[in-house]
Amino acid sequence: MLVLSRKAGETIKIADNIEVKILEVKGDTIRIGIEAPKSVDIVRGELVQSITESNAESLTLDVNWLSTLKGKE
Amino acid sequence: MVNTIKEIETKFHDKVEVDLSKAWHFPKGLPGFEDEEEFVILPIGDGSEFQILQSTKQAGIAFVVANPYKLVEDYDFTIDEPTIDLLEIEKPEDLMVLGIVCIKEPLTDSTINLQAPLLFHIENRKAKQMILNDNRYAIKHPIGGKES
Repeated sequence: MLVLSRKAGETIKIADNIEVKILEVKGDTIRIGIEAPKSVDIVRGELVQSITESNAESLTLDVNWLSTLKGKE
Repeated sequence: MVNTIKEIETKFHDKVEVDLSKAWHFPKGLPGFEDEEEFVILPIGDGSEFQILQSTKQAGIAFVVANPYKLVEDYDFTIDEPTIDLLEIEKPEDLMVLGIVCIKEPLTDSTINLQAPLLFHIENRKAKQMILNDNRYAIKHPIGGKES
């Protein structure tokens, strides 16, 4: 992993079309601005992780669930 | 004419003949299932509010899905630019929206993911699970509140 130290107001360029700017550092929170082409997905990492876990949980359903459901109708 | 009818193995329906020209294409897969790009939607019987989003490649990959608007009447979100771009959306009517359900016992304890709706372009058949960046909706929204 590439590690860079930056101060508020400084930026990082990624390729020729993405710019990450450190807007503010306050306590343990850093506000970041990102400029990227509109085709680039930008999502909080923990959120992707939570969605991934929820998708995986949805798949754990028993294969016999459907017949159980129909049996109740 | 290319024959697009194919028999696939499914999780809940054994073997099913599907028309692959009607399959849905997830160019980026789904979070956690990035390699699963082709799915079909299978009904599970008359009157059920649920359907199955079944991978055409792996029988074990099958999500229970439901229409979120039937559960949350005022469900509403903005479609982000990357999604408009990926699915080539021109107007809202191009889209069908479903939510992935986590089935629980009893059924009324089940939840639907409103934070990451599934969007389907009904004309070009491209689809995506879009993650909403705000906190207005839950990943595990209870479906049980509604009496049925």
